[in-house]
This record gives sequence, structure tokens and C-alpha cells, in this order.
Amino acid sequence: MRWFRGAGGSQSKPEEGNKSAPRTRRTCIGLGEFMRGLGSSGERKTCVLDLGPTSPTNIALLTEMGVRVSNEDILRESQDERYSVKQEDGTLQLDPAKFFAENLNYAADQFDAILFWDVADYLPESLVKPLVERLQVMLKPKGHLLAFFHTKDAGAESLYSRHHIVQKDTLELEPIPGFKLQRIFNNRHIENLFKDFASRKFFLGRDNIREVLMVR
Amino acid sequence: MWKPRPEDNKPMSMNPTQPAQPVPPAAAVAAPSIPTQHKETPKASEPHRADVGHIGKSVQIKGELTGSEDLYLDGSIEGTIDLRDHSLIIGPNGKIKAGISARDLVVHGRVEGNITATGRVELRKSCTLIGDVSTQRIVIEDGAFFKGAIDIKEKAQVVEARKPLAVAASAGMSAGSGTSSSSSATSYSASSDSQGSFLDSK
Repeated sequence: MRWFRGAGGSQSKPEEGNKSAPRTRRTCIGLGEFMRGLGSSGERKTCVLDLGPTSPTNIALLTEMGVRVSNEDILRESQDERYSVKQEDGTLQLDPAKFFAENLNYAADQFDAILFWDVADYLPESLVKPLVERLQVMLKPKGHLLAFFHTKDAGAESLYSRHHIVQKDTLELEPIPGFKLQRIFNNRHIENLFKDFASRKFFLGRDNIREVLMVR
Repeated sequence: MWKPRPEDNKPMSMNPTQPAQPVPPAAAVAAPSIPTQHKETPKASEPHRADVGHIGKSVQIKGELTGSEDLYLDGSIEGTIDLRDHSLIIGPNGKIKAGISARDLVVHGRVEGNITATGRVELRKSCTLIGDVSTQRIVIEDGAFFKGAIDIKEKAQVVEARKPLAVAASAGMSAGSGTSSSSSATSYSASSDSQGSFLDSK
């Protein structure tokens, strides 16, 4: 079953350029709510999984809060051809089983919160649904997941970005070339994709980014 | 009148505090080639002292590496590395598949394994680290690739956490696994001992 319309299921081809694209700041209501949830830790450390490219800023900020930070750049990993299998038409398609054999090997209920960023918009189609299912298992009950989705008005050329948390409600976006927007999720797609989560809270930003805070 | 002797014109020892040592350490042996080595290493803030051990990029080691001096490691290691209260610098050519225990650690190369440091860990921009880090302080340069978990601990916690690593490493080696890396060293999953009570107390 396909969850989305847009660029279809083809793998993205890395693109060059935009190496010197400047960072932009955006205030992020969803992130603010997400970060407020991290403040309350008991005897054990809060565990957060960051699924974006490694951000020293995020790690510094979160560890200063006493949080245990895990980081996996899953979009970069998904581009590795080791995880792909050849289709009948000769094209390569990512095999989720191969991918998960070497990535996201965590126990159930491992994380208190997950930063998913806008990774879902850029992932190979075959990985999106299995990945969300896995994240739901890895997240503790009542744990939060923060995801961003581009709206139709954001445009097909929307750049993938590394997200740096510079303040608890402010992000700095650093464009990373080489990834192509694969699809646009609308609200119904998002609700279907994250249907196993207990609740979903939507925030629509002025920059055509839809922030969604999911609670398991 | 005093006449200078020929040996007075000889260059001074690299380590002025230990001029009379008959057996120089590894780095002192390589003293004449130090400028060449320095050219290969990145321009980092870490000093090249005479008492720092040096393992070159052509060296491959399988097994347990222990020591009681600072070490610059640019070769390949598979097994465990335990430097106790000393510093370890992994050069740009370093390829490590090992659990690492040290005071301070600077990584320029590639490491697959868990790291326990009582002091400070620095991940430089050229580094790739796949594994969990437990340390007091960490510095990550922009561009470093990291896959794993970072746990910032108090000094006492880090020392306590290091003990099981050393015990496990020695147990693994004594069991005849000296030619292969231990599975614990390359386990990337985060430990389950630090689960939080996030949001529950709200």
C-alpha cells in the first residue's frame, strides 16, 4: 500500500551543489513542546534518539540537560547499496530487512523521545512504513516523536537539512545537498502512517513545514 | 682556558628531563623521523611528546592492547585497548575495531566499538565513530560522523563503568579469543541501564 503521492517510489539520486548554502533559523513550536517534555527526568537518564545527521550542537545541548543521546543518520545509511536488492526491471530497491539488520538495533521501549526531523520526506519508499513501525516499538509508552513534513507549497526542490537545536524552541537549518524530496505527506497520510501512536499534534509553520508531535 | 669538547656540539636530547636514559621509549627511537611523522598527522592541539608511544599506519594488531603511557595510534587494531589513566590519539589512518578505555581520547580515524573515558573525548571532523561513548566531557567537530549513544557521566560513574570493560576484556582474551574482537566491544546497542522516566512524572 502506498501512503503518499508525489515523486513516486524511485530512489533519490545524490545531487551536487548548495555546498555553501547559509543556515537559516526558524522558531519551532513543536520542538518547544518536545523539549519541555525532556526536562523531567527521574533517577534514570532520559534517552533521546536523533535520526538526523550528527549535530554537535544537539549533542552538546542535550547532554548538558543530562540526557543520554543516541544518534543514527538513517537517511545517509539508507543510500548505501549494501541494503538494496535488484528488482526485475534492473533497478535497485532498499530491502528493509537488510537495512534493519545493521541499523536501529535497539530494544523495545528504549527511548523516551525520538527526533525524526524531516527524514521521512526523503527516505526510500520501501523503508518508510517499516521504519515508523520500528520507531513505535523503540519508543516508550507516552514517549514523544517529533517529525517535520514539507507541505505541497514548500516545493519539490526543498532541501534536506541538518537540524541544529540552538534554543529550546529554535532550530538552525543547515542544507545538505545530495538528497531529493521523495514525496509530500498530507494530514491523512501522516495519520495513517502513525496510526499506532496514541496522539498526534499538528503545527503548521509559516515556512510550509508541518510539525507533528506524536505520543506513543 | 676551557676548551669545548666535540660532544658539546651534539644536539640535545628530545626529552631534557631524562637525558641519561639508556633505553629510549618508542617515540624516542623514532626521534629522527619525528618531523616526517608530524607532517602526516593533522595539525591538532595534541602535543607530540617524547614519552608518547607511536603505532604507525602499517601496523596491524589483533588482541588486547594495554599500556601505561600516552599513545598515538595510526594503524589497525582489532580487540581491546586499555590505557587506564593515559591519553590515546587515533590518527587519520587509524582503523579500530575495539572497545577503548582511556583517560582522554582524540579520534581522527575510524572506530567501531564502545568508548569509556574518564576525561575527555574529542571527535574530529575526519572521524567516524560507531559505538557508544561514556565520558565526562565530549567535543565533536562539525563533520564528524557518529552512530551510537553518548552518555555524560560524573567521574565516579565513569571509573565504575570502566571496571567491567577491563574485566570482560581480560576474560575474553583468556578464553582464547585473542585473535578476534570481542562481541561486547562492537555492540552498538545502547545499554538498558539508563532508561529514563520521561514524561511519566508530568
